[in-house]
Amino acid sequence: MNTAYNFAFFDEGSKREIRRATLKAIAIPGYQVPFASREMPIGRGWGTGGLQLTLSLIGKTDVLKVIDQGSDESVNAVNIKKLVRDTTGVEITELTREATLIQSRHRIPEVPLNKDQILILQVPIPEPLRFYEPQESVTKKHHAEKEYSGAWLMLFEQIIKYGSMTTGADHPVMVHDRYVMAPSPIPRFDNPKMNHSEALILLGAGREKKVYAIPPYTKVVSLDFHDYPFEPETFQDKQCRLCGSTGVFFDELVDETTGGTVYQCNDTSYCIETLNSVEALGGVK
Amino acid sequence: MGYVAVKGGTRAIEESIKRLKYERVCQGQAVEVGQIEAGLRGLVDQVMSESSLYNEKLASLAIKQAEGNPEEAVFLLRAFRSTLPRKHYSQVIESNEMKVERRISASFKDIPGGQILGATTDYTHRLLDFGLLSESNQQVQEWLHRFQEECHIEQDSTSSPLTLPKVLDYLRSEGLIPPCECKNDEPDDVTRESLEFPSSRSQRLQILTRGQTGAVTSLAYAVIRGYGALHPTVGELRVGKLPVYISHPYEEGDEEDGYYIGDVKVTEVEMLMPVTVEKEYGKKEMEFEIGYGICYGQNETKAIGMSILDNCLENPHLGYPSHDEEFVLYHIDSVESTGFISHLKMPHYVTFQSKLDSVRKTKKQDEEAKEKQEVKS
Repeated sequence: MNTAYNFAFFDEGSKREIRRATLKAIAIPGYQVPFASREMPIGRGWGTGGLQLTLSLIGKTDVLKVIDQGSDESVNAVNIKKLVRDTTGVEITELTREATLIQSRHRIPEVPLNKDQILILQVPIPEPLRFYEPQESVTKKHHAEKEYSGAWLMLFEQIIKYGSMTTGADHPVMVHDRYVMAPSPIPRFDNPKMNHSEALILLGAGREKKVYAIPPYTKVVSLDFHDYPFEPETFQDKQCRLCGSTGVFFDELVDETTGGTVYQCNDTSYCIETLNSVEALGGVK
Repeated sequence: MGYVAVKGGTRAIEESIKRLKYERVCQGQAVEVGQIEAGLRGLVDQVMSESSLYNEKLASLAIKQAEGNPEEAVFLLRAFRSTLPRKHYSQVIESNEMKVERRISASFKDIPGGQILGATTDYTHRLLDFGLLSESNQQVQEWLHRFQEECHIEQDSTSSPLTLPKVLDYLRSEGLIPPCECKNDEPDDVTRESLEFPSSRSQRLQILTRGQTGAVTSLAYAVIRGYGALHPTVGELRVGKLPVYISHPYEEGDEEDGYYIGDVKVTEVEMLMPVTVEKEYGKKEMEFEIGYGICYGQNETKAIGMSILDNCLENPHLGYPSHDEEFVLYHIDSVESTGFISHLKMPHYVTFQSKLDSVRKTKKQDEEAKEKQEVKS
């Protein structure tokens, strides 16, 4: 443990300030609370929002899991874990159900989260209306007035142009019938997991200096139309080449020997766990 | 399979960090931090200014660790700054208390106190000095010795630290620029409370002064070249040291009882912008507005750039992005801009997969539509 720095890197005053912003965010689901985001020892844009939330919340008995695009071993996830471990000495895990704090970039784990866990998502662009309105002072007003016609229009234009909504990740959601919110660039596949989530979900944008939250059991609905319903990515008839899972989010890979397309669980810890349980049952391989 | 690597990320990082260290030391020489502090004044000043942390030694250490890359050095210092508790606030510093080392005015030839060139590269010929290839410590010390003797002869007893009246105060006394009130409100601190719009002037000045030198310069250049409505003149530019005092933390006392904790060297610019103002009955008059720039160390281009942008943001103009506070203030910070640009190197497999799904869906719909048409025809 690096004792040249404070426990969890920050001075206590900074942590308290971030927690205050977080409490406000929980009190107003989906509302972006500005906070005095600190410069971190990792790049602005590399998960500093999530990291600040993690460091402000973490205590000595917490168990931390960090994933990046579904992977516990992705270089950036490893790097963040290393920093938190060096400044706190807490236990690190890859098992989703063991963790009390889960910091993630662009995925919600496949294993359902429970009420004793907090999911912290890293956010690049917290403003769902930024796509069509560059000015912060204007988007702030839109939120205050619940003026979301631009968001609907954006989806409508996509349908007119392409025949369907073409949002990739970060499909906007309506939180608690009040605020339109950017769920961070999680795939559409993960959007429904936010609805009535048992775990508290916090979202932190370091560079943009915003914190927002979805408290447990909050209604979260992906924006859509009656005749053009919201559609998650489909992986119909696809199966993980390693563990055989279906109905999860897959990475699409090219098999270098055959040149064909193969699929593999994007959530690496889920994949390994499934593999282990199959083996434990003496199952097929 | 790329660098998200199903397994093995940890080792890859360790090896990469080792390789980075190798690049820093591969010529078998350890650069001494003291040498950086002694010889790289321009870079040290720039890094302190962009980091908003005044400490030559730490800046030199950051420069060493960053192999002289300013964006990386600023990043290191800013991250360090985040861990420092705020123990004291200084008393208000009046900049006319500056111990002036250099001061010029481009507006008036005969300014009270005179023009003082001080140290500047402005009048050097930018010819590579090959003599420096073999400069030795001994040569440097001999030169220094002669220089100090020269100074000693010329110095009269009265010329201890030089404080000078401000050029702009002279203009005010002449009635050429309107007098301005002292506004000693507690400034908003952008590192403690995040910026919201419309911003306050103290927020704007803070963000401008810690802005990336190149970004501040480029935006200000755009303003005076054509994407803005300004033709400024340097009213006064000065470089020198400002004394910093703090009050006793517990005892209420006179300002005079403050504790002197040291000097900060700064570059300060007061820029004059001629503007037309409409008076009674549509009568027009020329007046001067002021743009203010200040930054740590000697960094004159940045201080001038800042003074231009300060005035731009005081006078919003929808036609020019350089007059739009969100455009300027959100994009000139070194750590933020380089951070977000460099994050593009991170894996985006999930987000890309998600977009791929949308693209395929639209293609499929296209094909289905075509098939239908073919069947019809």
